[in-house]
Amino acid sequence: MEILVCVKRVPDTAENEIEVKPDGTDIEQDDLVYSVNEWDNYAVEEAIQIRDKVGGAVTVVTVGDDEAEEVLRREMAMGADSGILCSDDAFEGSDGRGIAAILKAEIEKGKYDLVLTGAQADDGAGQVGGMVAAMLDWPYASLVNKIEAGDGGSITVGREIEGGNQEMNEIQLPCVLSIQTGINEPRYVGIRGIRKVASVEIPTHGAADLGLAADTVGAAGAKVKRVDYFMPELGEGAEILEGSMEEKIDKLIEMLKAKGGLK
Amino acid sequence: MAQLFAYIAHKQGVLDDSAAELAVAAARLSADPVTAIVTGSGAELDTACTAAAAIYPAVWKFDNAALAYPNAEVIRKLLVNAVPAGSLVLIAHDTFGMDLGPGLSIKLDCAYAADVIGIDSADATAAVLVRQEYAGMAHAHMRCDISKGAVLTIRPGSFQATETPAAGGQVQDKSGEAGDLSANRRFLEVVQAEAGDVDITKSDVLVSVGRGIEDQENIEIAEELAQAMGAVVSCSRPIVDAKWLEKSRQVGTSGQTVKPKVYLAMGISGSFQHLGGLKGSPFIVAVNKNPKAPIFQVADVGIVEDILEFIPELTEKIQEG
Repeated sequence: MEILVCVKRVPDTAENEIEVKPDGTDIEQDDLVYSVNEWDNYAVEEAIQIRDKVGGAVTVVTVGDDEAEEVLRREMAMGADSGILCSDDAFEGSDGRGIAAILKAEIEKGKYDLVLTGAQADDGAGQVGGMVAAMLDWPYASLVNKIEAGDGGSITVGREIEGGNQEMNEIQLPCVLSIQTGINEPRYVGIRGIRKVASVEIPTHGAADLGLAADTVGAAGAKVKRVDYFMPELGEGAEILEGSMEEKIDKLIEMLKAKGGLK
Repeated sequence: MAQLFAYIAHKQGVLDDSAAELAVAAARLSADPVTAIVTGSGAELDTACTAAAAIYPAVWKFDNAALAYPNAEVIRKLLVNAVPAGSLVLIAHDTFGMDLGPGLSIKLDCAYAADVIGIDSADATAAVLVRQEYAGMAHAHMRCDISKGAVLTIRPGSFQATETPAAGGQVQDKSGEAGDLSANRRFLEVVQAEAGDVDITKSDVLVSVGRGIEDQENIEIAEELAQAMGAVVSCSRPIVDAKWLEKSRQVGTSGQTVKPKVYLAMGISGSFQHLGGLKGSPFIVAVNKNPKAPIFQVADVGIVEDILEFIPELTEKIQEG
């Protein structure tokens, strides 16, 4: 099975406190640690496991600048066979639809049976996979937490739905699936693994290579644009307990007793 | 002005809470009447349509065996067939809306805005929407071009309905206009979540751990605290993803819905999916080393500490009595 996994380089929210710049134009970039979008690691792991079972190859692709190449190498160190970087000044300012249009063009250059994305990334929209599928007229399933790949023209997928329940579907190939965390346990990537793929050639595809008109991608084609980041006017929020560790604990125990949390 | 539609989710005829919330959100976009679209099959569908007519002035009913279970790929075809070009379509941002929304916007050739939590302003050409990014750590205003229509998914709980609905709407049977509903994805069955060793929904006090616990071995300190308090250990999603605790311990929309009296959120950032599983207004204590963690906005009491240091000391103090 030929599998393409779409990945994204994002600020690591587990490692960073995200701060909004005072003028609201961006988040503070100083000292920001970037990594692969967490969901994408599950998607790549799943692709590798399917390949190892039924054969084929795994390609990873990202839309981004030169720095985005590092996430491709990381996923290749995990076991992806090759990487493609879609990069062009014209892509800057793309909304979800623009990114989907770029990926759709890249997918049409290849011959893939299965395209995977993470269920969502740093903007929390979870939109690109479903858009790509609709553009290609391929079936789509989101929040996939189980894949049973057979030899036929279809696969069985489980979707995570409310209440921890799982919705099982039969879906025709080729298709696009967005992958939910917890579907597998992504393998660890050591520094040695990354060194091994450090010199592998990664082709860069721009707007011209992909046959994309400038007004369909980038800021020109975007229907949804960020005006600013802002700090919301919040309610009162939590009463923050101050003092030494011991003082905080004493206050908390008193409160817990009053609220029935301690007998 | 564009026509407004709300896709109404229901289970066995009982409307989802989002049914009323979408009406509130739609009213923020336009003063024009909103049409509810309700799909399904048989008597349950009629029950749902009657309930929707109390909220919306017009209800379009689509009755078809192919719609008995809401397969997003089928519903998308239905909406593309039934909804006029340039419409504004509102859907709840839940596991169904996430499945439906992105592809629908492509097929309707219009803008898509996901997980909307606020609407600042709107006219015929554009709406300024509020979204969250970076796991809830940053808020953003988004300008969405709605001149050629739009699909918006609305975060559950963000637009609370205050008035008792009494729209007295008319139900129109539009089943004949559903069109071709064939799809390359077939719904098979829903596999119910497995019951775990402990039922966290039965406990009045929950010690809930998140990413801040850092390591599987540290789960033990939460268990010791829970034992000292007579509480039960629950958790957020990353702990289940890492397989450190069973799925049945997870609080959240994709896990369990709990109604404890006291909830200790230990090293939990507080995503909306997690908070969605917390009902009945418990007394929430949040302990997190990140003072910017969204959990502090909803907690009653906050403590900025590393839980790995805080929990053992708290346990010891409680054990001393």
